[in-house]
Parts: sequence; structure tokens; C-alpha cells
Amino acid sequence: MAESSAPVRASIEGTALPLVGKSDVKPTWCPGCGDFSVVAAIEMAVKRLKIPSSNVVIVSGIGCSSNLPHFLSSYGFHGIHGRSLPVAEGIRWSNHELTVIATGGDGDGFGIGVGHFVHTMRRNVDMTYVTMDNQIYGLTTGQASPTSMMGHKTKSTPNGVIENPLDPLALALASGATYVARGFSGDVKQMADLVANGIQHKGFAFIDALSPCVTYNKINTFDWFRQRVYKLEASGHDPSDLTKAWQRALEWGEKVPTGLFYKTDKPTYEDLEEVLAAGPLAKQPAGLKGREALLDEFL
Amino acid sequence: MSEISVRAGGAAGDGIASVGENIARSFSRMGLHGFGLNAYQSVIRGGHVWFQGRASPQKVYSQGDACDVLYAMDRQTVDIHLPSVSGGGTVVFDPEKFAVQDSELPAGVRKLPVPTLQIARKFTPQSILQNAAGLGATAFVAGIPLEIVQQVLTESFGRKKGEIVDWNLGAAAEGYHFAEQNASVNDRAPKAAGPPKLLMTGNQALGLGAAAAGLKFLAQYPMTPATGIMTWLAAHSRDLGIVVKQAEDELAAVHMAIGASFGGVRAMTATSGGGFSLMVEALGMAGMCEVPLVVVDSQRSGPSTGLPTKTEQGDLNMMLGAGQGEFPRAILAPSNPGEAFRAMVKAFQLAEDWQTPILVASDLHLSENLMTVDRSEISLDVDVPSLFTVEPNGHEYRRYQYTESGVSPRAFPGQPGLMHIAGSDEHDERGHLISDTRSGVPLWVSERTKMMNKRMRKLTGLLGATEPPQLEGPAGAELTFVAWGSTVGAVRDAMGLLTQRGVTTNLLRVETVYPVHPAEVVEAVSGAKKTLLVEGNFSGQLAHLLRAETGVVLPNRFLKYDGEPFYPMEIVGKAMELVRG
Repeated sequence: MAESSAPVRASIEGTALPLVGKSDVKPTWCPGCGDFSVVAAIEMAVKRLKIPSSNVVIVSGIGCSSNLPHFLSSYGFHGIHGRSLPVAEGIRWSNHELTVIATGGDGDGFGIGVGHFVHTMRRNVDMTYVTMDNQIYGLTTGQASPTSMMGHKTKSTPNGVIENPLDPLALALASGATYVARGFSGDVKQMADLVANGIQHKGFAFIDALSPCVTYNKINTFDWFRQRVYKLEASGHDPSDLTKAWQRALEWGEKVPTGLFYKTDKPTYEDLEEVLAAGPLAKQPAGLKGREALLDEFL
Repeated sequence: MSEISVRAGGAAGDGIASVGENIARSFSRMGLHGFGLNAYQSVIRGGHVWFQGRASPQKVYSQGDACDVLYAMDRQTVDIHLPSVSGGGTVVFDPEKFAVQDSELPAGVRKLPVPTLQIARKFTPQSILQNAAGLGATAFVAGIPLEIVQQVLTESFGRKKGEIVDWNLGAAAEGYHFAEQNASVNDRAPKAAGPPKLLMTGNQALGLGAAAAGLKFLAQYPMTPATGIMTWLAAHSRDLGIVVKQAEDELAAVHMAIGASFGGVRAMTATSGGGFSLMVEALGMAGMCEVPLVVVDSQRSGPSTGLPTKTEQGDLNMMLGAGQGEFPRAILAPSNPGEAFRAMVKAFQLAEDWQTPILVASDLHLSENLMTVDRSEISLDVDVPSLFTVEPNGHEYRRYQYTESGVSPRAFPGQPGLMHIAGSDEHDERGHLISDTRSGVPLWVSERTKMMNKRMRKLTGLLGATEPPQLEGPAGAELTFVAWGSTVGAVRDAMGLLTQRGVTTNLLRVETVYPVHPAEVVEAVSGAKKTLLVEGNFSGQLAHLLRAETGVVLPNRFLKYDGEPFYPMEIVGKAMELVRG
């Protein structure tokens, strides 16, 4: 498709434009929160790719993790609960030279916003989505989330959760995501690699970051994960094999795989939307001056 | 006044809408003013649908009341519509399908049995051409020249050529000539009156107006009666360079539009009341994040799923109150396609100038029916200035800088040196939230008040930037109508009929529904001898608003919520009761 639909990424290297760094707003997360690793990984990834901070937009919804855009020096949109993805899509389609990253939690993305999650993936919008999955509602002080495990006792489920947890990776594979990965806040380097590769991936990149809540989730703790995680890249997993990716995605319990589950190349929504072939929408002419002939259809 | 109305009725799937549209377009091609009412149900096949095409050398604003020619595709149409045929009128039908007895005809009404099926079978064994024959016969009685109806019929096939088009033209000609030999042209049929007029639906006008205003991005979810905005823009997407996105739901649609607007393009969404309900939280976000947004609510009968294919003006309270908390907004309510075009241009300008959501209220009656428009009413020559006006100036950029007008400099992602965050939480001038560690701390308590005041100051600006309500008609009239939206059309027609009856009336037309312009409302209402509010809902929502904002009381109300549009004669009836007692 048209070259113009490819996002501008590393190409601005060498100019004086500042790269993404920390903003002067200090994170408000609890000490030890897994989300510190995620913001660090995103910062490392965009710095490594040398994308100027003015070309990065971080979009979020509501929840502890959705405060993330405030802590980096890029553009940001901190919207309402569950709606980060459609806002991110709108931004991306208004100017597909921008690097758009959506961030949020498991409640935001897999509860109230799960419809958008599915549809954004089937469109293969060229953007990156990082969920900080702590399997609990933190900002509302500890209720069950869509990824809370069966039996988990929370303030809203004092006798234990009695519904099956949603599997974000399996859902992503079923929905047509073209880059599906899982990181763990105990390994910032791996997470930064997954995010950087996700940004570079042409298509929708989904990274589910296991990001423990140190205050409200006493089950899925850093230690719980450290005892279970293993890296797919060290286990000979072939990320181009969808069937294998399915098998790994369903694996949860004694062992929890991290790394890249699946990657494939497909045309992006921006490739297929013909109007965008003429360049970023924000830079195209607008209005109907000189188009009087348009009225003939009404005669 | 020489004017004519043609009604066609049958079951859904019979092709009544296309017969009707061909009649309406033939009239507009003759240079006549007109209105085409498409009355349908929420079924794809069966039921009862009908179309009324009205035409006159003088301006008409509604579907009118009675009809002069009735083309009945089925017996049910005769049963329902025969009482509406005026004296001197004609009922066109095919006796092979059903009978119409002379004894059941109203006084002065004739019947014209036309062998439409026989004519159709001359060309092809299927009955599909019967409507072309019926159209031809109906056109003759309505005084439409054969060349014009054939021309319109040909164009209705688009680029399609070949025998199907030829058959249709042949069947139309046979129907026309059959009527010529067996009937006469209706006495009220107007002659051609000048160059062709534009004929469009409100939805087309809304789409066209948005495009003229610089729209680059529409996201929408299908919902009657707003769907036509999306389908018209989708058909022109590539040509006009407008991205049209059918979203997964109205939540996505409005958020996509907000995202696109934040990204630097003019963006909108459109829906009906049910979808608008889903967009409510996002409206507040656009207000809080100060993102320009245009939303069309094309109302239909509610509550809930209501009557999906029937009209109402029941969403005004929702549009006024949509969203938790308070933020500035404006609501514009055009009454016809010309006004709808201009309202969209205005809505986009207001949204950009004041960086807040602007709502355009349509309804099924305006959105889906056909009306003629003079070319002079639609100017595509609309200036669309660049949105990228802010450059780094060495000082710290503050997206939500306190200003006298409440409007702060707006930069876009991709612009170096102007990075900022749009926050749906309450925030400081830089967009950083004051909702967590700073909330409740004295300094930030006063910042919250300052930021609210900054946003709400835009309401003063919006008042100055919008048109006050207009008083149409003579001062000192015996009766002053008050109306908004599509209802204005039937009121305008009623005013003409009342003049003929020796009653002088004027109309306070409230096109800017919000913000309310108190001085003009008070002046018009306090100067009125008698008032009559005409509004398509149960509770008189406009009357409540005007009373709340200005103290004026509108005690006489003609309220309608049966799903049907207002008819001029029913308004005349109410007015006569009031004026003559």
C-alpha cells in the first residue's frame, strides 16, 4: 500500500527534537507497584527507537495504571474508563504519522472496555496497547477484576470469585491481533524489548504486562509470578505458529509463559483506508470550495 | 394557490419509496417547491408504507394535509387513504389486483383503473414493471410531462443501461398514455415554474454541511433515523477525502471522533436518542478536555426503542442535561435542509471557536424526508481555516491556560515543543490532574473553581456567537407561535392558511435552543397577544426551558407524541380555537 501510510518512527533521528523522558509529575502509585516497571519499559522503548516525544501520544482510560501518560513527557490523553482504544484509533486515523500507545488496566481494558479491545484488534490498527494486568481493581480499593482467578476472595467477592477469568492473550489471538505478547514487571528489560518491538510492528501490538498490585492482590504477587514465569524465547517457541501460540496462551497455573506469543504481518487499517493514502488526515485539505458540481446529484 | 399532492401507498418492498421519490424529483425538476414525506414502518417487507409528494410554485414547508392523486398498490392503501383524497382528486389502481366501488368514493373523487400488470407483462413476465406503469399514469394526472418523469426514471437507475431501463421507460409511457386517454389532468396541477430545484433529505444536508465546514472524520453506528448521514458521507468518502468509520457501537463512535479532533481534524458523530444516551459520558469528557466535537441527535419516538421509524422532539431535555457535572454546550435545531446545511457549518465553527461539544438536533421528519432547496440557500464557499495556529514561543505552553474568554491555545500531537496532556479528571493549566494528591488541598480547591469558571465562561461566548430566536411574520399579530426544529415547517404552512382565513400570526422560531437568548424571548413573548407552543413531545420541553431561563410562561400548548409529524390543518384548528374561541 501507499508508503505514506507508514508511521514516521526512527526517521527523525539526528534532529534536535527531544526524546521521551520522565515528566515533572511524580507517579502516584503505591511504593513497589508493578506499574513503575511498565512506565520505565515504555520510556526505554521509545527512547531506544529515537521517536521524538512530540510524535508520541499515550492514551489511557481510568484506573491506577491509566495515570501513566502524566508521568512521561510525550503528548497524552487521559480519558474515561474503558475508552482508551477508540480515542487512540481516532488519534491514529487523524494523523497516522504519530506513534500511538494505549495503556490501562485489566478492568479498563477487559471489563468495561472489552468490546473495543476485540474490535480494535480485528481492524489491525497500527498502534501498541500495553495493559497493566494486576487481576484486581486497585483504585476502587480491591474488587474482583475480569482476570481475577477463580476462588479469589476480594471485597466484592468475599466468598471467592465464581466466574472464570478472561484470558487476554487467547482473546487477542481470537480477535486477530497481529502481535501478541506478555511481559512481567519483574523483568523490565524483557518488557522494554516487547514494547519496542511492538511499536516497530506494523499492526496492532498487544502486550499484557503482569503488573502485581502490592496493596490489594495478595495472591498474584511478585513472588507468585517469579515462581512460575518462564520465557518463550528460551523455550524454542516459534511466534509465527498460531496453533502453538494458542497452546501457550492457554497455559496458566504451574507455569506462566512470558515473551512474544504470536506475530504475523497483515495490512493495517490505515493501509486499507483509501482516504489515508493521500497522507495524514490532519494535513489534507478540507471543505468544499470549488465543488459546486457536487450539488448536481440533488437536481 | 395552485398546488398538488400525490400520495402512493402499498406494502414495504412494493417500491413505494422509489415511486414517491420519482414523483417528488419530477416536481423539483419542474422548478416547483416541494416536500416528500416517506412514511414507513420498522419492517423490511409487508406492513403499510406510503409517500406523499407535494408541489407548488410557492414555497411549501411541510407535507401538507390532503392529497389530490392517490396511487394505491394494495387495497389497504385505499382503506386508509381514501378519506384524505380531496374533491376533484383521482384514485389510480389496478383492477386486476382489487376493486374500488364508486359508492365508496368521497364526493368529487374519481377512480382511474389502470392495467399496470397487463402493461408490465408486455415487457417481462415478472410483475416488477407495474410500478413504472403506475408511475406513468399518476404522473399524467399530476400534470408532470412524460419527458420529465422518464428522465428522472432513467437517472434513478444510475449508470445502469440496457433493457431493464428501456422496459421501465416503456411501461411508464404506456401508463401515461393510458391515463391520457381515460382521465384528465387534475385542475390543481401546477405548471413548470423555472429551473430545477435541489431536492434533498435533512440527513444529506447535514452531511453536506459538515463536509463544507471541513469535516474530515465521521464515526457513527447505524441507527434510524440518523443512518443517512453516514451513508451519504460514505458514498462520498473517497471523493471528498473524509474518513467514514462505522464503529462497533456509539461509545466507540463518539470516542473515535473525540480522538480524531484531539489529533487535529474536524470530526463528528451522529446518532438517534438511544445512541446518544450511550455517548453521554463522552460528551462530558469532550467538555472537560476542551475538545471540539459536533454531535447530531436525530430524534425518533422514545422512550427506549420507542417507534424507530416515527418522529418526535422528545430528546431536548436529554441534550440539555447530558453528562455528569456541568460544561458549556450549544444546541442548534434547524427545521429544513437549507437550515440544516447552515446549522452544520455553524456547529463546526462554534465547536472550534469554543472548544466544546456542539449538538445539532434533528428528528426523523427532517432527517429522512425530501425537501426542495433553492441553490442560494446552500453556499459551499465556506472558509476552512487551518487548525494549526499555535507555535512554541519560548514560554511554557499551557493547554488549559486561564483566559478571559475561557478559550485556551490549542496545539496538536506532532507539534514539537507543545506537548501536553488532555485530562478527563479536573486538571491544572497544563492538563495535569488535581484529582488525587492535590484534591482538597486549599490551593487546588481554588484552582478547581478557577478552572470550572474558565470553562463555563465559554457559555457567555456561545451566547454572543449564536443567533437569537427570530420572530417571523408581522408584529402585533393576533397569535404568536413558538416552535423549534422540524415542527417549524408545518407551523409556517399553517400561518399561510390562517392568513387566508383572516387571522394574522407570527412565529418565534427557536433555532438556537441553547444557550437561551433571554432578551429576545422575553420581548417576543411579552409582546404577543396570545401564544401557542407547538412541540413534538409530551411535556413541552422547550416551554420548560424557556420558563426556567427567562420566566416566560407559554400556557397554550399543542403537543403531539403519536409519532406522526404535525399537519398544517391541525395547527390551524388549534389556532382558530384559541383566537376565535
